[in-house]
Amino acid sequence: MHIAEEQNERHVLSITVTNEAGILARVAGMFTARGYNIDSLTVADISPDHQLSRITIVTNGAPHMIDQIIAQLDRLVPVHKVTDLTDNGPFVERELALVKVNGIGEARIEALRIADIFRAKVVDTTTESFIFELTGPTDKINTFITLMRELGLVEIGRTGIVGMVRGKG
Amino acid sequence: MAEMSGADILVQCLVDLGVEVVFGYPGGAVLPIYDALYNHPTIKHVLVRHEQGATHMAEGYARSTGKPGVVLVTSGPGATNAVTGITDALMDSIPMIVITGQVGTSLIGSDAFQEADTVGITRHCSKHNYLVKSPGRLAHVIHEAFHIATTGRPGPVVIDIPKDVQVASAPFEKPGAIAHASYRPQVKAPAADIAAAIDMIAKAKQPVFYTGGGVINAGPEASAALRELVELTGAPVTSTLMGLGAFPASSDKWLGMLGMHGTYEANWTMNQADLVICVGARFDDRVTGRLNAFAPNSKKIHIDIDRSSINKIVLVDLPIIADAGSALADLIAAWKAAGHQAQDLSGWWKQIEDWRKVNSLAYPADTDEIMPQHAIAELFGATRGKDVIITTEVGQHQMWAAQHFHFDDPNKWLTSGGLGTMGYGFPAAIGAQMGNPDSLVVCIAGDASVQMNIQELGTASQYRLPVKLFILNNEYMGMVRQWQELTYESRYSNSYSDSLPDFVKLAEAYGWTGIRIENPDDLESGIAKMIATPGPVLVDCRVAKLSNCFPMIPSGASHTEMLLDPSQVSGTMADEAKALV
Repeated sequence: MHIAEEQNERHVLSITVTNEAGILARVAGMFTARGYNIDSLTVADISPDHQLSRITIVTNGAPHMIDQIIAQLDRLVPVHKVTDLTDNGPFVERELALVKVNGIGEARIEALRIADIFRAKVVDTTTESFIFELTGPTDKINTFITLMRELGLVEIGRTGIVGMVRGKG
Repeated sequence: MAEMSGADILVQCLVDLGVEVVFGYPGGAVLPIYDALYNHPTIKHVLVRHEQGATHMAEGYARSTGKPGVVLVTSGPGATNAVTGITDALMDSIPMIVITGQVGTSLIGSDAFQEADTVGITRHCSKHNYLVKSPGRLAHVIHEAFHIATTGRPGPVVIDIPKDVQVASAPFEKPGAIAHASYRPQVKAPAADIAAAIDMIAKAKQPVFYTGGGVINAGPEASAALRELVELTGAPVTSTLMGLGAFPASSDKWLGMLGMHGTYEANWTMNQADLVICVGARFDDRVTGRLNAFAPNSKKIHIDIDRSSINKIVLVDLPIIADAGSALADLIAAWKAAGHQAQDLSGWWKQIEDWRKVNSLAYPADTDEIMPQHAIAELFGATRGKDVIITTEVGQHQMWAAQHFHFDDPNKWLTSGGLGTMGYGFPAAIGAQMGNPDSLVVCIAGDASVQMNIQELGTASQYRLPVKLFILNNEYMGMVRQWQELTYESRYSNSYSDSLPDFVKLAEAYGWTGIRIENPDDLESGIAKMIATPGPVLVDCRVAKLSNCFPMIPSGASHTEMLLDPSQVSGTMADEAKALV
């Protein structure tokens, strides 16, 4: 016998939660316990009194599974609100990457040229290396990293996605 | 404002919340709480013999009284021993508060003696949990925990209290009503949903009510409303294992339980229905059988207080997020307001009568051996006219009890449905007896299951609880053996109950009365003696060893592919079916 696999969709979920000990474990653990995927996860305190945090999770699954993920998140006691950005009209998603590239000569110049095209900032440099800071949607960062691999890429750090629905809130 | 110790705050909160019974076991990390409970005038503490027993007692207490069950255990092994019962309560939506001691705050994370990460371990098997790090937070947390455990879809809430927090003091003020920032279960259904449901019910030609434990959890008013709505619509009713008793089994509208060991008429009615009205049930795999053949030509209405239950397994046409009792009352009001009359369902009922004639719960008669089904039927007969509460362990005897013991009222049937916990029934009976001192509480058990928490014989003795422990002893883990017979060509790998104790002597050793019933001729008198004997009684009822539980939907099969008797058993199964459990 073989185990069937389903067609998946990518969804970006924004989750407002009470900022309390264990909340991240509660949310992340629900995903592992029920066999859901986390492709990216970010979390930070978002209220002046430090009572609320916003978690942004990129997940993938069949449409009925995405619906179930949202219902399961909603059921957690400290969860205030779950928004499926993917299903709520156009939205902005961004992540930030730091990319270190070693190189001399033509490769180094090419790296700088490409960074300029991608509007990456140079935030550190030696005569043999750069650290680029790049912000954008996941695709853009993936493309930049692919190009840099040929030009001496040695280290990557990425924040994961944050997202927001376009237009008046 | 008066300062009180954390332990005193906890006990005061329990009093303020109406707690009368706590099931627990002391240990180092809860000594301050036990001292605060010493000779307490209103809170009775039941000393268990194992923490798992405490959790199932609390479940039995909760399920039979409608009040939350309260458990008190120590840190480390006390908490980990409670995990099975906490998970059981989560699966079956039982309101329960579990208070666990923890090592002092300065020791947390240091692998201290009897330290376990209780909030980490219970995070995904509780509805919610707390680690309380200051006595000033305790009162609020305890009141909030009771609110969360008992509202919405009920469930277990764990409160982990470090020992220094129990000893330290803080000002105490009784908290007011809980207004939670994020936890607000939707109780009332939108009027448009109710109107849509009524429209569907009024038009249905072949409707069926499929009800579950949610109706019981919604209180006796919900069961009363279900009866009224069924009367108004004239539709048949089936129910899950957890929902038995919400609708009277003596009604002519009752089809019996559905699902894997449900009746022929219940499963065929589900299969042929044009409208399934699901109230407080969750389309469990033991209910649906093969999903693509489940009620294939029906529209489905699903009423549930937990949105995540809706469209989880079966996609429905009309989801209604609401408390079962509230939604049923709204449906009744809307039905009457619209001036609907019951449809002429006589054609539908004629079909159902034909399925009933199959008499799927029939079992072979035997004059040499006691048939287990017959033992339960006798027990049912002998307890008519008494206020009886039945608990079960898990296995064949549980299914036979569900089939052959019939319930007319809610909160009288306590069983582990979702998690299927062997070792549940006996402690649950003790908990139910604590909450219902005048009821006849009988645990129907198997020889294997009962041994999982048999140490609680001592608890019943200590508190002089007259529980009756009725063991259907076939010297097998019967359901495991049945599956091996069906699936693995009767290779009975480790399912024989070797080295069983002499149950009668064991009972006597604990100060119980022990009765053995071996012959069909002695069954009636043995049961009568069990009921008439004051105090706790254990019955070792020796039943036919190789009886199987029918009817049965084998795994991977549909409601229309039921096995009705052993002659239909092939002894093997395809890998796909084997993998379905």
